[in-house]
Amino acid sequence: MNDLTLVRKNLFRKKLRAVLLMVSILIAFLIFGVLGAVQNAFSFGVNTAAQERLVTVNRVNFTVPLPYAYWGRIQQVDGVRDVAPASWFGGYYQQPQNFIQAFAVDPASYLAVYPEMVVPADQRAAFIEGRTCALAGRALATQYGWSVGDRIPLMSNIWRQTDGSEAWDLDICGVFDDLEGTYPTNYLIFHYDYFNESLAYGRDSFHWMTLTTVDPARNDEVSQAIDELFANSRAETATSTEAAFNAAFMEQFGNIGLILGLVVSAAFATILMIVGTTMVMAVNERTKEIAVMKTLGFPAPRIFRMVLGESLLLSLLGGLIGLGLAWLAVSGAGAAMAGVMPGIALTTPTMLTALGLMLVFGLVTGLLPAMNAMRVRIALALGKI
Amino acid sequence: MTDATPLYELKGLSKRYMRGREATTIFDQLDMTISHGDFIAVMGPSGSGKTTLLNLLGGIDAPSSGEVRFEGARIDNLGQGQLAKWRAANVGFIFQFYNLMPTLTAAQNVEMPLLLTKLSAGERKKRVKTALDIVGISDRAGHRPRQLSGGQQQRVAIARAIVADPKVLLADEPTGDLDRATADEILQTLQLLNKDMGKTIIMVTHDPAAAKYARRELHLDKGRFVEKELA
Ligand SMILES: Nc1ncnc2c1ncn2[C@@H]1O[C@H](COP(=O)(O)OP(=O)(O)OP(=O)(O)O)[C@@H](O)[C@H]1O
Ligand SMILES: [Mg+2]
Repeated sequence: MNDLTLVRKNLFRKKLRAVLLMVSILIAFLIFGVLGAVQNAFSFGVNTAAQERLVTVNRVNFTVPLPYAYWGRIQQVDGVRDVAPASWFGGYYQQPQNFIQAFAVDPASYLAVYPEMVVPADQRAAFIEGRTCALAGRALATQYGWSVGDRIPLMSNIWRQTDGSEAWDLDICGVFDDLEGTYPTNYLIFHYDYFNESLAYGRDSFHWMTLTTVDPARNDEVSQAIDELFANSRAETATSTEAAFNAAFMEQFGNIGLILGLVVSAAFATILMIVGTTMVMAVNERTKEIAVMKTLGFPAPRIFRMVLGESLLLSLLGGLIGLGLAWLAVSGAGAAMAGVMPGIALTTPTMLTALGLMLVFGLVTGLLPAMNAMRVRIALALGKI
Repeated sequence: MTDATPLYELKGLSKRYMRGREATTIFDQLDMTISHGDFIAVMGPSGSGKTTLLNLLGGIDAPSSGEVRFEGARIDNLGQGQLAKWRAANVGFIFQFYNLMPTLTAAQNVEMPLLLTKLSAGERKKRVKTALDIVGISDRAGHRPRQLSGGQQQRVAIARAIVADPKVLLADEPTGDLDRATADEILQTLQLLNKDMGKTIIMVTHDPAAAKYARRELHLDKGRFVEKELA
């Protein structure tokens, strides 16, 4: 027997109570884990590279196109290294429910600005060469069972070809991976030229251009230069970092971070109060036992630690089980949703935060009962029969 | 410390409680000596201060003025932490209602004071076994308090009081909740601890029959002691 035995026995002296408290803590951490994983999906792709890349869109908003000629003009701006123009192709495969995120791009420049996309050299060359070639992300290819050499008709619910067709036949010439697990592979890219020449309307325009500069330190200056270049033209531009652009894009869905934060805080505040008051009552019921321990010679600080230990143990048990369940849920859902929402994952920072929260939760709920226990006056407490 | 140094010396001991503005005096300028190996039965009417006296001797309450010396050294001016250490090393407590930990087995209850020592788990186990043997309750080592009779619980409590080998046992009405026969068994055990193991015992009791087991009776009334030597 040691102090931990005593802590454990005291915690589980009323099994139902301990289990109910554990379950409520478990729920808080299950919510925390799952919502943390969802939030991760929303911030996915915002890596350091994204902080250093710039995106130029129409000042009105990114759905309004920019003229084709801007590509060449932006390349002339001092400090610009690579410019990759892209158009949004709202596509689907076989049925409209199978929404496919596809962009019509200039292959060479697109791959130049996105070094996170890892493609075998032969596939890369084939993709750049072949006019009808597409490069599919690993998650997308896996979802639909595509492999290199497949020909797929990609339907659009936005665009139409001059012959009235809404299908573009694409050859899967390569599949890209992402080396560091920080970049989505749930989309495909294909040749802008192939797309543009067949268009019935809206030719010779882009939705956005992603660009890199010769030195990220010059990003502000370059952004300004670009936007000044097109000031007072028919299509004014707005240039920002890709990270800022992504964040603005996500804002469309509301402030996800704030909403998730509020949900988690509400759950935690409620459960904190329930567990806190229950622990205070549980320890008050034991005033006499604590007085006996003090009589035997247990020093007050040791009693303080033991009572605090109960709350910590409770919080860690409930929290770790909750986090474990969140992990199971997330790995199950993550696999099923990789194509739609990449990046659903319980990351190490989220788990470390959870662990930190468990400790804080245990300390906060244990502090008051531990102080009460430490302050028990023997003569008074033993007088109470 | 020499053998001539008494176990306890109380000098000019006073204890007052403030009730509102009114002060109630329990003891006033009390002097008393308790020598090693004594067995004292403290008697007196309810509210005369018997429990208060034990609390002062056990270092769980402080006098309003005066000194409590244990083997020549003052304990009345020690801090809480020092007192806890001193109690763990020198005093065993026995209560009327046993005050065992309900979640622990008899053996675990007896082991409690040993958690305050540096003894190894194996050594602790041996000592617990010895203590349970002395009070004759080894066969119930794995039982929880709820599964034991009052007399059995008090035996476990006595084992807990002696396991760390303290010099003095302070017992507050140890047989107050037991029937005559069981009370006699418990008192015989205490007598044995006093005679054979040299434990000094100070026992509060209302029961004149119980007091007969002691070496001397001390009657507490209105803050004064009246002594009575027993055969
Ligand atoms: N914390 C306290 N505050 C005020 N008065 C107290 C306190 N503790 C004890 N007293 C008073 O001190 C007196 C002595 O109490 P004590 O418990 O020592 O009596 P006792 O002789 O043990 O009585 P009993 O035989 O009923 O156990 C009583 O009048 C009691 O009301
Ligand atoms: Mg009393």
